[in-house]
Amino acid sequence: MIVVNGRDTDLSPGITLRGVLDSVGAPGRGVAVAVDAEVVPRGEWDVFRVPDGARVEILTAVQGG
Amino acid sequence: MTPMRIAGHEFTSRLILGTGGFPRLGTLDEAIRASGTEMVTVALRRIDAAARGSLVDVLDACGVRVLPNTAGCFTARDAVLTAKLARDAFETEWVKLEVIGDERTLLPDAVELVAAAEQLVDDGFIVLPYTTDDPVLARRLEDVGCAAIMPLGSPIGSGMGINNAYNLRLIREGTALPVILDAGVGTASDAVLAMELGCDAVLCASAISRAEDPVAMARAIRLAIEAGVLARGAGRIPQRRYAEASTQHEGAPEFVHPSDPARAPQA
Repeated sequence: MIVVNGRDTDLSPGITLRGVLDSVGAPGRGVAVAVDAEVVPRGEWDVFRVPDGARVEILTAVQGG
Repeated sequence: MTPMRIAGHEFTSRLILGTGGFPRLGTLDEAIRASGTEMVTVALRRIDAAARGSLVDVLDACGVRVLPNTAGCFTARDAVLTAKLARDAFETEWVKLEVIGDERTLLPDAVELVAAAEQLVDDGFIVLPYTTDDPVLARRLEDVGCAAIMPLGSPIGSGMGINNAYNLRLIREGTALPVILDAGVGTASDAVLAMELGCDAVLCASAISRAEDPVAMARAIRLAIEAGVLARGAGRIPQRRYAEASTQHEGAPEFVHPSDPARAPQA
């Protein structure tokens, strides 16, 4: 089980972060990812494999003061 | 106006615009242009597939620098993580550091704020901390290497203006860093006062974004900042308890009217 932005998904453990990003339709820029409360830099998204039970947070820019 | 420098970077505009609260991206775009700002804040939140339009595209088109914030963080740990995510998302070391200590007032948590600032400075960030109007806390933030001090005038979104001008003066006197009034501005006059008190800039969001006419208010606050800078440079008169006439008394006539009882009868 992989949890993405607080929701359980049917993504298979071992999927790359790039695969997870594609699954939510993430845009190419202005996005950052944390796995289990650690930043995974964008340079590692193609090779980082998401372990079972991981909690992935995919964040982007929103309006805010 | 002379430019303002933060961390070696020069800004012509002394208004930093918060992008929160604008009803539409189109209005935000117009307000950015009307405000003349060169730097705007953004927040990081979970991606929303249903979101319409790209905030990043609007900011790119306006040619403004992005200042990510850590809004919504209540601990140094979460604020530091959020800043690092923002650095990766926006490729900037700049961060508006917010560590909130109370949900109702959104006042900063001083202890967590200093801890987060210290960690982020050590990690190479240019830290602009949202802080209370406490001059001692401002000194602590300067000591750990922050690039500016951003005291509140009053709570975020309250529109109460500057509640403690005395403290703002003390912060101004106590630091060589840029002082940016952050939070509390309700309308243009608050921005004038901030600049008259010696602030280097004003950061505001709600005052503009939630005004009935955000674009007009953006222009008003831009001009207010300019007026405040000019007024401070011009050197105001001291405040007095009683009047002091601006017209000389010497040479004033002494009128004697025919009906005055003191008037001597004609021979």
